[in-house]
Amino acid sequence: MAAHLSSGRVNLTALREAGRRELREFLDKCAGSKAIVWDEYLTGPFGLIAQYSLLKEHEVEKMFTLKPGRLPQADVKNIIFFVRPKLELMDIITDNVLREDRGRSPQRDFHILFVPRRSLLCEQWLKEQGVLGSFIHREQYSLDLIPFDGDLLSMESESAFKECYLESDQTSLYHAAKGLMTLQALYGTIPQIFGKGECARHVANMMIRMKREFPGSQNSIFPVFDTLLLLDRNVDLLTPLATQLTYEGLIDEIYGIQNTYVKLPPEKFAPKKQGEGGKDLPTEPKKLQLNSAEELYAEIRDKNFNAVGSVLSKKAKIISAAFEERHHAKTVGEIKQFVSQLPHMQAARSSLANHTSIAELIKDITTSEDFFDNLTVEQEFMSGIDTDKVNNYIEDCIAQKHPLIKILRLVCLQSVCNSGLKQKVLDHYKKEIIQTYGYEHILTLNNLEKAGLLKSQTSGRNNYPTIRKTLRLWMDDVNEQNPNDISYVYSGYAPLSVRLAQLLARPGWRSIEEVLKMLPGPHFEERQQLPTGLQKKRQHGENRVTLVFFLGGVTYAEIAALRFLSQMEDGGTEYVIATTKLINGTSWIKSLMEKLEPAPF
Amino acid sequence: MSRARADEEEYWHSSKFRAFTFDDEDDELSQLKESKRAVNSLRDIVDDDDDDLEKVSWSGDPVGSISWSIKETASSSTSSLESRDSSLQKGYSSYSAFPKQASSYSLSSLFKGRNKLPSFQSLSDALSDTGVKNYAPELRRPKAEYKDYSSDWSPKDTVRRMQRGKVCSLERFRSLQDKLVLLDEAVAGHDGNIITAVLIFLKRTLRKEILFQELEVRQVALCHLIHFLKETGEQKLLLDLLRFLDRTEEVALSQYREHLNIQDVEKRREFLKGCIGLPFSAEDTSHVQDHYTLLERQIIIEANDRHLETAGQSEIFRKYPRKASILNMPLVTTLFYSCFYHYTEAEGTFSSPTNLKKTFKIPDKQYVLTALAARAKLRAWNDVDALFTTKNWLGYTKKKAPIGFHRVVEILQRNNAPVQVLQEYVRLVEDVETQLNLATKYKCHDVVIDTYRDLKDRIQLAAYRCKVERGSAEEEKIDSILNNTQIRWKN
Repeated sequence: MAAHLSSGRVNLTALREAGRRELREFLDKCAGSKAIVWDEYLTGPFGLIAQYSLLKEHEVEKMFTLKPGRLPQADVKNIIFFVRPKLELMDIITDNVLREDRGRSPQRDFHILFVPRRSLLCEQWLKEQGVLGSFIHREQYSLDLIPFDGDLLSMESESAFKECYLESDQTSLYHAAKGLMTLQALYGTIPQIFGKGECARHVANMMIRMKREFPGSQNSIFPVFDTLLLLDRNVDLLTPLATQLTYEGLIDEIYGIQNTYVKLPPEKFAPKKQGEGGKDLPTEPKKLQLNSAEELYAEIRDKNFNAVGSVLSKKAKIISAAFEERHHAKTVGEIKQFVSQLPHMQAARSSLANHTSIAELIKDITTSEDFFDNLTVEQEFMSGIDTDKVNNYIEDCIAQKHPLIKILRLVCLQSVCNSGLKQKVLDHYKKEIIQTYGYEHILTLNNLEKAGLLKSQTSGRNNYPTIRKTLRLWMDDVNEQNPNDISYVYSGYAPLSVRLAQLLARPGWRSIEEVLKMLPGPHFEERQQLPTGLQKKRQHGENRVTLVFFLGGVTYAEIAALRFLSQMEDGGTEYVIATTKLINGTSWIKSLMEKLEPAPF
Repeated sequence: MSRARADEEEYWHSSKFRAFTFDDEDDELSQLKESKRAVNSLRDIVDDDDDDLEKVSWSGDPVGSISWSIKETASSSTSSLESRDSSLQKGYSSYSAFPKQASSYSLSSLFKGRNKLPSFQSLSDALSDTGVKNYAPELRRPKAEYKDYSSDWSPKDTVRRMQRGKVCSLERFRSLQDKLVLLDEAVAGHDGNIITAVLIFLKRTLRKEILFQELEVRQVALCHLIHFLKETGEQKLLLDLLRFLDRTEEVALSQYREHLNIQDVEKRREFLKGCIGLPFSAEDTSHVQDHYTLLERQIIIEANDRHLETAGQSEIFRKYPRKASILNMPLVTTLFYSCFYHYTEAEGTFSSPTNLKKTFKIPDKQYVLTALAARAKLRAWNDVDALFTTKNWLGYTKKKAPIGFHRVVEILQRNNAPVQVLQEYVRLVEDVETQLNLATKYKCHDVVIDTYRDLKDRIQLAAYRCKVERGSAEEEKIDSILNNTQIRWKN
């Protein structure tokens, strides 16, 4: 189930195992039969740690989704709430508990498991409602970093960016530091820490402090990671705004990948068996898991979409040829051999079928006129063309009432690529937006300004061209089929964040001091002392391992770019990626918008 | 919607940027088809049962995944679960086959592991009651939970204990000095949970003015309190705090946000009226003023139109019943509505488009776009015509479009305007190339033919002949032009 986690340079199965163990320990505390009431948001991340079979093994008989009203009848001894520490969820739990029939026998015991941290605020809230005493166990499940793939960890904390950069709430940074401490406990102390940005500085400080305060975390494990690089998302606000052009990035942009699963329109996946005359066309979306456990997906996920078609066609030929073999199988031994390979071939065929369908779905969109136009404008901005005046395409999109998030992505991109917009230009956009989409969006626009995504050019100086040239963010001659530079992931634009990581590995940040000063927040280096016995003597030709932690989110295209660097023959560094949340421009902007619809209850 | 393919290529080859598409030279399109064909042909060879792959239930969730199991256990009795046991068992066995020795840690033991490593035991641990594991039983006695085992934890130790999830009483920090040290310790620990807990305690035990004053020099704690007040909806205290800090613009926005929670339109309007005087930025002030004015208008229009609609007297409402109320709609939507239902009204009425245009200073461009879309939807081609006709002082009429006629054509086309109407505007497009493209795309044959004639492009004209219907007037026209010996063709 989790073999893909051990495929990378660092075996992340150990982290998953630790998570499973903790879960089992908690479940066993509540003796007897159990029902779990789930905060729906958590089921996805938990699914990456444990399947239902594990819960069942520990006497979990029923599972429900958390909602107000009376809890369903279930003949169990324990009711356990698995929730994030959010006040609105506490209200629902209160409602559930108050409506519980006190007369029923035997009575059911209540427990709460907070994920990832117990919240005194929530407990206070429950106390004020008079239900705190109803809970026998109130514990926390420190699910900080969840292994998504062999080289990828995420906290799946949706609001982390908003909390850090809009509300100056550092709780998610504290969780990030905690997650890093867990990693160090399992994989050894990371000797070198680099960072850029205010939040990065905070996390490094907390790690150092925690190490001092929890001497138990001082361990004798040989360090797996050589370097930790902490990067603030607001050091590179540009990258997530641009449309990702890798296969995985486009799947995420168009359909949204949630906890490694994607839901796709079912039409293209209808089984075309003979004699079934299409009477049972599926109407529910097709749900697929996407990770490196699938051989074909691992091969194409990080490619530029333009290079995917040729791989799929090559695979098709190989599989066809393999199936043809059956005609040549003459002897019993040969037939047996063929049959033994069938399951693998069937899996490969089904995988190829799925990805051919997905590629077709995506191609329908990438060949649309509007996708072209949008991309042209993005690329103009990123290469520094006409960033200082009102853009016609954006105006047209507003006039045609395209989705607001699309408009905001483009306007923010223009602002970032111009180090802020001229006051007149900014005012014009703002006016058009609120007149077309509603005055209440003043609030969203204010949030974007606070986060620095939208601003007026105050200093009168546009730093972006200097940054672009020094870091070579725009490459005119990009090779999508056989890339030689990370810029292939955006067909020309090299993600700033990944360029920073690349330059840190070679030749070092000293070469770009000037540009680093133009980007927000401090840059720094820390060293953590290792006991003498644990200091690494590197074998000749052995790659270094760097953990890059994106505070505030990372996109699939950036991950692809780092994987590309890992695979470079003379790269010398392999990367493992961690983040507070896997994002794309749309989900990111959405997290910064004011919730305009009233609460559902 | 989609441009002609030739057109697309033209567009991309002329652009300085690479188009993002399957590369035409390699013809990936056909490659995809090829792999699809291969896949489909293989279906016949092998049984389609994906037994060896993950089991997937009807909803598409893999069997055994948590989200699947929620639905399953919630809807079915235990007995049906039994029947699924085999598949679950399968998932389980594959799990247990996995080597477990990978780690002997659980997440919490990594940090609670002091029992195993006695040498690291600190003084405070030695003092503390028992190991973490025994913490649970004490929770069984709810009454005792806020009681401390030791009454003289230092602020630092208190914060540390709280970080480990232990309940501590804060009540014994009585003096202001103690409380502030406690707060500073919490802030130094960076744990928002603890900072908030301490803030709740301070908020309860300190005078508002003193709390505000102290927080002013403690920015991190201040941010947490603001966030907390927003979260718990303590609007009044929040506004007091922001006012104290002189963050007036934030006060204004925060108050303005409240209107979203008011469902009743009359009340919402009253509330917005009250917002007008708030200290917004100059720019937002005018937006909020407009927001109020707009809602006020909408209420009047809505009452009036609902009456008209139910009375059944007005033809436009009978023919095109309203799909939704106009209340709380954006300005441009309101303008569209008014251009649709109230186009001819005199400027004096609240619902007339010209009145809206004036009141909200809607730019010409936006006005024309909206009016055009509304009138085109009603197929009122005369109104469309009038929209672009201007008279100069000599009385000559002239066609002018502030949005460019290519946009006009696109909007008309989207509203299924007939070719006769469409081509009239295609002719007005200034750039010949754009004109030709649009004319070709929307099959305005006359325009295409005339343009090629004017360009003296015999080859293109002859090529276009096969695109028109055989025996049609257009074909005749092309033939007569091609046979015209007077024209000096350039090719």
